Amino acid sequence: MTSPHPIASIIGVLIVALSLSAFLIWVERRLLALWQDRYGPNRVGPFGLLQVVADMIKIFTKEDWIPPFADKPVFVIAPAIIMVTVLMSFAIIPVAPGIVVSDLNIGLLFVLGMSSLGVYSIVLAGWASGNKYSLLGGLRAAAQMISYEVFMGLSLMGVVLLAGTFNLTGIVKAQQNLWFVIPQFLGFVLFLIAGVAEARRLPFDLPEAEAELVAGFHSEYSGMKFGMFFVGEYLGITLISSMIAVLFLGGWMGPWLPPVVWFLVKVFAFLCFFILLRASLPRLRFDQLMSLGWKVMFPLALANLLVTGAVVVAMK
Amino acid sequence: MTNFAHIAFYLAGAVAVLATVLAITRLVAVHALLYLIVSLLAVAVDFYIMGAPLLAALEVIIYAGAIVVLFVFVVMMLNLGTQARETERLWLTGRAWIGPAILSALLLAELIYLILRPPLLGSLSGVTSPKQIAIALYGPYVLGVELASMLLLGALVGACHLGRSSLSETEVQR
Repeated sequence: MTSPHPIASIIGVLIVALSLSAFLIWVERRLLALWQDRYGPNRVGPFGLLQVVADMIKIFTKEDWIPPFADKPVFVIAPAIIMVTVLMSFAIIPVAPGIVVSDLNIGLLFVLGMSSLGVYSIVLAGWASGNKYSLLGGLRAAAQMISYEVFMGLSLMGVVLLAGTFNLTGIVKAQQNLWFVIPQFLGFVLFLIAGVAEARRLPFDLPEAEAELVAGFHSEYSGMKFGMFFVGEYLGITLISSMIAVLFLGGWMGPWLPPVVWFLVKVFAFLCFFILLRASLPRLRFDQLMSLGWKVMFPLALANLLVTGAVVVAMK
Repeated sequence: MTNFAHIAFYLAGAVAVLATVLAITRLVAVHALLYLIVSLLAVAVDFYIMGAPLLAALEVIIYAGAIVVLFVFVVMMLNLGTQARETERLWLTGRAWIGPAILSALLLAELIYLILRPPLLGSLSGVTSPKQIAIALYGPYVLGVELASMLLLGALVGACHLGRSSLSETEVQR
């Protein structure tokens, strides 16, 4: 099943997703500044709103340099992979009733598949740069994202059990009476943490830990290739926020306001939460990250799945 | 299936075959793995067109998304340089192709025979829902599922044994 106006929804989703994540660059800098008692970018345009435009002009006119020791084809393709995989995932997000590009019956699995393909972007960028720091960043990214992907999927299975479908529109409709954040609170917390790790945001930004790895996997990137990693990260957190809104907070549902507005409000609240995390938490050490993933989060996700399954069977 | 689906199916199939050939003949290990990923994705597209969306998604998540990432991880750790490329070039001689070529030719002959015989391998119509697959897996095939899980448990115990760190540090120093 697809939407009645596929081309219109594709263009609409693309424009909204891209402009929202570009806008986020400004929001993040302003909010961080607010929480750190300074002004942030406030010179270009009203409230510094045109800062993004200025940044874009700068980044497009920069020299696009490929290091001679890099593996050229892989180096070029790596930043494109993250943009493609994240933007593809937006295709199955139901923004409002009927506003969805493709209402796949395996929608949730599609997102998980795309996010697992997104790992390649970071890993290959680290490898192709031909630089020790980049390689270390790529290795860290591979280990981190594979580990956190495991229970990211598992934490969502509770929602799937309750809704009885992988289809995201179906999941939203199943929350008519009760948002899944209440019966699946553990799953919600686990997914939130896994989402931060998948998007490589602080406190889990070890692949690009600038204090130890220069800039990690994107040390050698410049110009718009770097820009794609940069925007890809914001697109990533936008995607995770939309997923949280759809899976746990009833998607477009809410009183008084139109559905699209409710959806955007929920997404934006989580985006601000992600920025607050960056403002307030220090970065983990890599072994702490790994043991947190496998020794705490993973058993909790399994237990959550087991209990949810038992409850669903008992209720029948 | 509509005409468009037929074209898409054979296009994805051609991509899969071509990418697999390239995966074998590339000299740089990471490039070969990249072609392997493309091949797996093309196979996933074929599964989807044949009406098995769950299988297609699992192919992407598990094979392309997890297993090949581990391959890439290991290749990165080994940090192969130009020397490995030269070795690969030496290994990929004409004679190395004889054995695999005979085996693949046999398979190809079998495949052509099966395709030419009038009744095809099952019908390709209809979409298999995740629910149907789940009912089949935990109904008639539950023994196979349990056996596979035992195998994986064995692998897990083995990995735990190899990866334990408590005694190795003192042992190694002696």
